[in-house]
Amino acid sequence: MTGGTVDNARIVSIKGSTVQVKGLSSYRMGEITFVGEEKLIGEIIEIEHDLATIQVYEPLEGLRINDPVFLTGKSLSAELGPGLISNIFDGIQRPLEMIKKITNSAFIERGIQTNALDRKKKWLFTPNKELQKGNIIHGGDVLGSVIETNTIECKIIAPPSTYGELLEIQDKGEFTVTEPIVTIKNQDNKKSELTLMHEWPVRVARPFLKKIPVHEPLITGQRIIDMFFPIAKGGTAAIPGGFGTGKTVVQHQLSKWSNADVVIYIGCGERGNEMTDVLREFPKLVDPHTKNPLMDRTMLIANVSNMPVAAREASIYMGITMAEFYRDQGLNVLLTADSTSRWAEALREISGQLEEMPVEEGYPAYLGARLANFYERAGQVVTLGSPYREGSINITAAVSPPGGDFSEPVTANTKRFVKTFWGLDSTLANRKHFPSINWFTSYSGYIDVIEEWALESGLEDWGRYRQEMFTILQQDSELQHIVELIGSKALPAYEQLIILAADIIKDGFLQQSAFHPVDSFCPIDKQMKMMKLMLLFYQRAHLLIKNGCPISLINSLKSVQILKRMKEDIPNDNLMLLNKLEDHIHSEMEELGSKYGYKV
Amino acid sequence: MARITVKGVSEIRGPLIVIEGVSGIQMGEYLEVNLENQPSRKGRVLAIEEERVIVLLYQGTYEIEKNEIETEFFGRTMQLFVSEDMIGRIFDSLGQPLDGLPSIYSEDYRDVNGLPINPTSRIYPRSYIETGISTIDIMNTLVRGQKLPIFTGAGLPNNKLIGQIVRQARIAEQDGSEKFAIVFGAMGLTMDDYIYFQRLFKETGTLNKVIMFSNLASDSAAERLLTPRVALTTAEYLAFDKGYQVLVILSDITNYCQALREISVALETVPSRKGFPGYMYSDLASIYERAGIVENSKGGSKGSITMLANLTMPNDDITHPIADLTGYITEGQIILDRSMHNKGIYPPIDVLGSLSRLMKDGIGEGFTRKDHPSLSDQLYASYAEGLDKRRLAEVIGRKELNRRDQILLSFADKFEETFVNQGDEHRTIEESLALGWSLLSQLPETELTKISGELIKTYMTKSEEEIA
Ligand SMILES: Nc1ncnc2c1ncn2[C@@H]1O[C@H](COP(=O)(O)OP(=O)(O)O)[C@@H](O)[C@H]1O
Ligand SMILES: [Mg+2]
Repeated sequence: MTGGTVDNARIVSIKGSTVQVKGLSSYRMGEITFVGEEKLIGEIIEIEHDLATIQVYEPLEGLRINDPVFLTGKSLSAELGPGLISNIFDGIQRPLEMIKKITNSAFIERGIQTNALDRKKKWLFTPNKELQKGNIIHGGDVLGSVIETNTIECKIIAPPSTYGELLEIQDKGEFTVTEPIVTIKNQDNKKSELTLMHEWPVRVARPFLKKIPVHEPLITGQRIIDMFFPIAKGGTAAIPGGFGTGKTVVQHQLSKWSNADVVIYIGCGERGNEMTDVLREFPKLVDPHTKNPLMDRTMLIANVSNMPVAAREASIYMGITMAEFYRDQGLNVLLTADSTSRWAEALREISGQLEEMPVEEGYPAYLGARLANFYERAGQVVTLGSPYREGSINITAAVSPPGGDFSEPVTANTKRFVKTFWGLDSTLANRKHFPSINWFTSYSGYIDVIEEWALESGLEDWGRYRQEMFTILQQDSELQHIVELIGSKALPAYEQLIILAADIIKDGFLQQSAFHPVDSFCPIDKQMKMMKLMLLFYQRAHLLIKNGCPISLINSLKSVQILKRMKEDIPNDNLMLLNKLEDHIHSEMEELGSKYGYKV
Repeated sequence: MARITVKGVSEIRGPLIVIEGVSGIQMGEYLEVNLENQPSRKGRVLAIEEERVIVLLYQGTYEIEKNEIETEFFGRTMQLFVSEDMIGRIFDSLGQPLDGLPSIYSEDYRDVNGLPINPTSRIYPRSYIETGISTIDIMNTLVRGQKLPIFTGAGLPNNKLIGQIVRQARIAEQDGSEKFAIVFGAMGLTMDDYIYFQRLFKETGTLNKVIMFSNLASDSAAERLLTPRVALTTAEYLAFDKGYQVLVILSDITNYCQALREISVALETVPSRKGFPGYMYSDLASIYERAGIVENSKGGSKGSITMLANLTMPNDDITHPIADLTGYITEGQIILDRSMHNKGIYPPIDVLGSLSRLMKDGIGEGFTRKDHPSLSDQLYASYAEGLDKRRLAEVIGRKELNRRDQILLSFADKFEETFVNQGDEHRTIEESLALGWSLLSQLPETELTKISGELIKTYMTKSEEEIA
């Protein structure tokens, strides 16, 4: 964002992160203004008579009454075009690397204006062969493409509002994002030029042809998610949890390993080092689906906790608009936001400065509406324009409830709008059971869809395995209440076996270390086979017990340890080894069986 | 920038004054109120409405006369002179000497509010610090550049623990290739605690490396808002401009937050939980996030800021907003536990509740030792199970436990008695690891599900040899 024209306006009050101005030549809600001699970036958020309130995206120190204000005629917009991927932006889409270059300092100084997309870089544009002079170009039509990274071919699409006759399209060649590649004639006979990039106001959802039902899972490589509480491509999920329960790690895992085409990670009011961690790690990690560096499909928005709160409020909209841009190219986009509670708090802070009436815990009455609005922008759609494309946006968002109390307004409101709920549990986290997703309080609204998908994809057993494991966990939890009173010694053997089986599932299946080189990502085939082996063990052991085998012998079988360790011991590229384990379990069971005169 | 002087104020309310009929004032501007027969009081502009300016006075408004006082606006924000000469000195929260020595004058001065670090300029902290304390080194490893609070309760030995860390931890290379300094921000400390720290620095021979910023319990609450900021401004200068490895100790965050609440009430902001302002998260972040490591222009790292902070949980309540918001910002927390303390265990660290978020990339092969991650995972898992069994034993009696449960329970007991309860001893990482292995050797091998067979083979036998 650069430029702006001086107005006769002047600042009349300064407070928190807002200023009030009088005497503007035009008053338009949402207009971006530059404030003061330093041209701090702000947005008009309230108008009352001739008084406009501007939320400023930078600290206000040094501003004075009567300082000038500049109008830009623009709303807060995202620049959309090749060059977004692999980049890291602040909440108002200023590239942080560029800021570093301009300031030549480790700190983010004020009043820096820079474009999101590099204006000098040339991209090799390949025109869409189908297009011919005289064609009518509609919004969303594919004009051509650019290789953005090794992973992503960025389709150059006509901005949604486009309508006109194609006069000229450039041949294959190198262009900057602002050089014309297509010229069209509008209905009123005016010529207009289209470029590799266009802008879109972030608070307005980008249009699409229609929403369609979600139909396949986002594969994440995280067992408890893929097998127990899956999310569909185009779906929404919340990850609430107290501090240290593993929200950020879950989000990093999803960003690393899920089979989305494009990932947008928003660090919204969280730690600076967590963004640095992503920046350091992702370029080195290989995307298991494309074998390219993960950074080739990832972009980051970092408006960390000590950066200005107004820009934190904007960061969520910036991120979702960028997600829509890639969706409109026909891609599956995963947007993760850490944390939406910090966004809601920014909303609360600004609302307080506007002296609005708070409802619950100081949050404004429109908190729910804003959340709804945000989650509504997820989904699976048919895009505008031709050729026909389907694209999707997943939203997975962390929620940070004060004191870990899920009844607070942000968690409660979020629950109304998301279909999947991964509730993190501090009791599990305290015993380092990670991911600490509680298997009783969590749910997925996509089970039916994914069950159908599983049937078509050769995973017929998925639903059954899932159900059987759940049953064991459920029975275990009931038994634990008894154990807490009388100990496990007093339980009949088959009940002690349930406890053992649940223990194997919790330890060997549900727990998954994000930091283990093998277990960080678990392929679907391995997940299925692990479930199969655990259930097989349980059934065989059940038979043994029925035939009089004491539980203590089963407890001390080597198989128990094998089942708990196969997630780490079996490399993901050699799943055949799981068959060996299966043989081993069989033979151990057979041996025991023969002792008890029973053939397993 | 020209200074502006105004006579008289229109309102006096708590630590705030309101001045009317003045123009040309900047947001955040530094000012002084001149009083007869008293040192001038310092303040900051918090909000401006046309010709009406709201000002916070750091030394309060007591005895200010409405019509007579003279306020001088400086045309700039508050600045702190910074210099290596500050090392070994004691200052108040405005950077004025308290040790009778002359004021600091330097070419370098900084705005005490600082600026956010650009995340692309940060260097991810990965060098572990050996503190000599097993529960920290093995279970919650501290890393250079980390911010780690100690969640404590009234009467728990948190200061003793900090003392032990100051005494034992090697934060800078000892060969003289790295410069080291401690910046201590005393926020609302009692005289006793203050003297404890002074003595600590003297005893550990670090007094000539310490810069103290002192705001005692009896000092102004408004001024307390500045204490961590001047401390961190100084630390940033030493670390990022002068290449020092800096340890910042802040004590006590709870006193700071109470001061913050006091001021926010005077400002009539909408309160959030327990009357603390809604912006407390952002405010605390603007303090804690100043720790870390940044790259210099050549891309290598210079100095670092490692931060330890005392935080006394009101009523030992970890869900209290002060502890809660802190936990959401810092890179983990060390929790002290009253029941352990009552059992005579020192340091009474609640191992399961404590966390070091930066541990994952600071330990293991090439850092501490290859077996460290799995070893600590296993100790966590077995100790957690042992505690479950202890709870069970409290209900049904120890004898009623089955054999496995008894083994786990006795593991938990031994873990607390030896591993946690180390007293004043200084253990090297190697020693702590060996102790961990020897504790695990009491468990049947089938219990060791967090450690690969290969590691067990290498290290279990080795540690038995070491014991022999
Ligand atoms: N899947 C996981 N595997 C291993 N450790 C984990 C996992 N998830 C969380 N942790 C541990 O928990 C700590 C806190 O996780 P984090 O995601 O930062 O919590 P939150 O964002 O909820 O505060 C991490 O630093 C790590 O030590
Ligand atoms: Mg987090």
